Amino acid sequence: MRNKKVYHFLRFQVRTTKASARVWGLGISQVFSYRDAPILPEFQQALKGQKLTKGGLKNNMNSNQTQCCCGGNVNQFEKLDEILKKYQGIKGALIPVLQDTQHAYGYLPREVIQNIAEKINIPVSQIYGVVTFYAQFHLKPRGKNIIRVCQGTACHVRGGKAILAAIEDILKIKAGGTTPDLMFTLETVACIGACGLAPVLMINDDTHGRLTPETTAEILAKYTEVV
Amino acid sequence: MEHFRLKVLICAGTGCMSSGSKKVVAALRDQLAQKGLEQEIKVVETGCHGFCEMGPLVIIDPDEVFYIRVQEADVADIVEDHLCKGQIVERLLYREIGAVKGITSYKDIDFYKKQTRLVLANCGHLDPEQIKDYLAVGGYEALRKALKNMTSAEVVDEVKKSGLRGRGGGGFPTGVKWGFTRNAVGTKKYVICNADEGDPGAFMDRSVLEGDPHRVIEGMAIGAYGIGADEGYIYVRAEYPLAIKRLRIAIEQAEELGFIGDNIFETGFNFHVKIKEGAGAFVCGEETALMASIEGQRGTPRSRPPFPAISGLWGNPTNINNVETFANVPQIITKGADWYASIGTARSTGTKVFALTGRINHTGLAEVPMGITMREIIYDIGGGIQGGKKFKAVQIGGPSGGCLPEELLDMSVDYDSLLQVGAMMGSGGLVVMDETTCMVDISKFFLSFTQMESCGKCTPCREGTKRMLEILTRITEGRGKEGDIELLEVLAKNIKLTSLCGLGQTAPNPVLSTLKYFRAEYEAHIKEKRCPAGACIGLARYNITETCRGCGLCIKACPVAAISGEKKALHTIDQDKCIKCGACMAKCPFKAITKG
Repeated sequence: MRNKKVYHFLRFQVRTTKASARVWGLGISQVFSYRDAPILPEFQQALKGQKLTKGGLKNNMNSNQTQCCCGGNVNQFEKLDEILKKYQGIKGALIPVLQDTQHAYGYLPREVIQNIAEKINIPVSQIYGVVTFYAQFHLKPRGKNIIRVCQGTACHVRGGKAILAAIEDILKIKAGGTTPDLMFTLETVACIGACGLAPVLMINDDTHGRLTPETTAEILAKYTEVV
Repeated sequence: MEHFRLKVLICAGTGCMSSGSKKVVAALRDQLAQKGLEQEIKVVETGCHGFCEMGPLVIIDPDEVFYIRVQEADVADIVEDHLCKGQIVERLLYREIGAVKGITSYKDIDFYKKQTRLVLANCGHLDPEQIKDYLAVGGYEALRKALKNMTSAEVVDEVKKSGLRGRGGGGFPTGVKWGFTRNAVGTKKYVICNADEGDPGAFMDRSVLEGDPHRVIEGMAIGAYGIGADEGYIYVRAEYPLAIKRLRIAIEQAEELGFIGDNIFETGFNFHVKIKEGAGAFVCGEETALMASIEGQRGTPRSRPPFPAISGLWGNPTNINNVETFANVPQIITKGADWYASIGTARSTGTKVFALTGRINHTGLAEVPMGITMREIIYDIGGGIQGGKKFKAVQIGGPSGGCLPEELLDMSVDYDSLLQVGAMMGSGGLVVMDETTCMVDISKFFLSFTQMESCGKCTPCREGTKRMLEILTRITEGRGKEGDIELLEVLAKNIKLTSLCGLGQTAPNPVLSTLKYFRAEYEAHIKEKRCPAGACIGLARYNITETCRGCGLCIKACPVAAISGEKKALHTIDQDKCIKCGACMAKCPFKAITKG
């Protein structure tokens, strides 16, 4: 009798998995690998009853090759493969791999994370756990210029809040956002370490100190001129 | 052999670079090349001199002439007058506040005179990207002495005798920690340098790494020898790209010349160092979280015991020390533990590098012997409060520390005295506050920082700091209730006792410390809905004083028509209608409107 229960339970598992696979347009093995993953934004949409393009994931999943608009095949994970080769055999390499990958791609696209997961044999969920823990990693595309406004103690005491407010006013975005033209991403940082020149901000690798709302506007203008 | 008539040392630390020192260097090299003087005059890009408020800084050696706030346009004068004709450019000299005559040599400036620069001795005086500069001042001699003339046990004993305590904030005796790791069971051991300087307001480690990276590497190598480790990691936060770059160059050059690597000094001792970049998490400055991060996991701490000395990186005995701690080690070996112990106090030996920031005239880095008073640091070295305002408090220890009010300015600055008054040494960031800083706002600021950085693993920190922050936010917005202060105290004590790691255990410190010395401010916020410092927007109270001439400009400026008054008579503000925007105060030509 117990065997029958087990049998029916397993059949139920297979049927629901098959059903999911059919709905999302995936292979069964792919659904199994997703069962442990956190709910990705695209799936959240589908759960709300909105339509998800069937087979939308198929083209990019587990396949290095994808079609370019010119018709030729292109290895979209070429940069990633180079990075992985560099860190092969090194202990504790996940974070450096993610850092180099983000540097190469500008952010961490979903497909790239899935590819890393397969190639270094770590579950997608664990990588997502690491990526969402550290402030440095980004899951969305970023602007060409990253502005980091320091909100550390020394800058706070010397007017850091006013600098942030000025930038939010000029760029019309809030901290954490990116301008629609992808020119600027605005972030706050806890401390840049240039406290002697508070208030301070960094744009890419350049640090600017002794700021006032007026000088901040001038500095931003310089970056919009250089295209 | 190169012989130079003069050396021009230009600060190329992050601080001065952002004030334009790169352009100064470029202009200088350019003009010297034009005049054909490159063989006579050497241009050296150094690490941080420490006097950041006056940057970009230029020193001309061997005259020890010190120029401040040098811009690209000033280079022509320096080259023409000083380098070619030997005349000092008076207008670029430092002047004491109110003085007319400039001070020529940096050794005569109070900011430097009152310091004891040991760890920072080389910062600002050598090119950190040239190992031969470091060798020329006795670099790697300590490592040679340790490997060739001392046993590893003697090295650990020497550091124990010196009384060196952890400079990262914990203040644990370094020699004792090395002893634990040395005696731990295991063939593979690690040495880690904690360069994840996350405290807002602290940049000592950054300056040491940018200005004198070899010193830290040498200290690590000596530590590894004492402990029996052959591999080391330097965990640097990603927000320090220049420090990472200079460390990489330093490690490469040291490996090239055989100061690290295999069979160092032909003694059979091996030591390899790798750099690991942080990824933007303050909690990774905590040692167990740091090790988790090196292993590639989320940076969450774990309970101790077992301590890292017994079971650390990948389960092996590991010794973790701060950058400044390692930077102190080479001189202890060369000059001896007794010499080191003679500086400072009995239980807090040696010197400490402090980062002076906030509303102070001379912001920058100062290295002073332990036992100095806070008054000397703030007034003698720091030059007193900006704008002649009144001193209110100094925050020491960052978000884990506490504040010291005026009454405590004459206490000795050392590990134990600070703990007794409810503060802590921390990593050495000092933020000076004046009468316009609201202490409730400051404790809210620190708590919002620790709340954001909390890893979320343990409930007291994750939930407790959130609740404390909610209460503080309500208080600063004028919605404080009776009983809020008592609730804050109860929460704080619980969070301190039950959190898993140092972040949670020390997060309530700023609140407890400000409550201890500035309780009246909290009560004013809650009972009178008033911010005495005038900093909390929404609680500022604008008053029109007797100086009012009744001109009516403020009535026109007010967006909500809250001001009323006859022409040429005293105007009044209706506090119920007032939205505290401050437009009236900005408009008043007689400065008759005050905030408070």
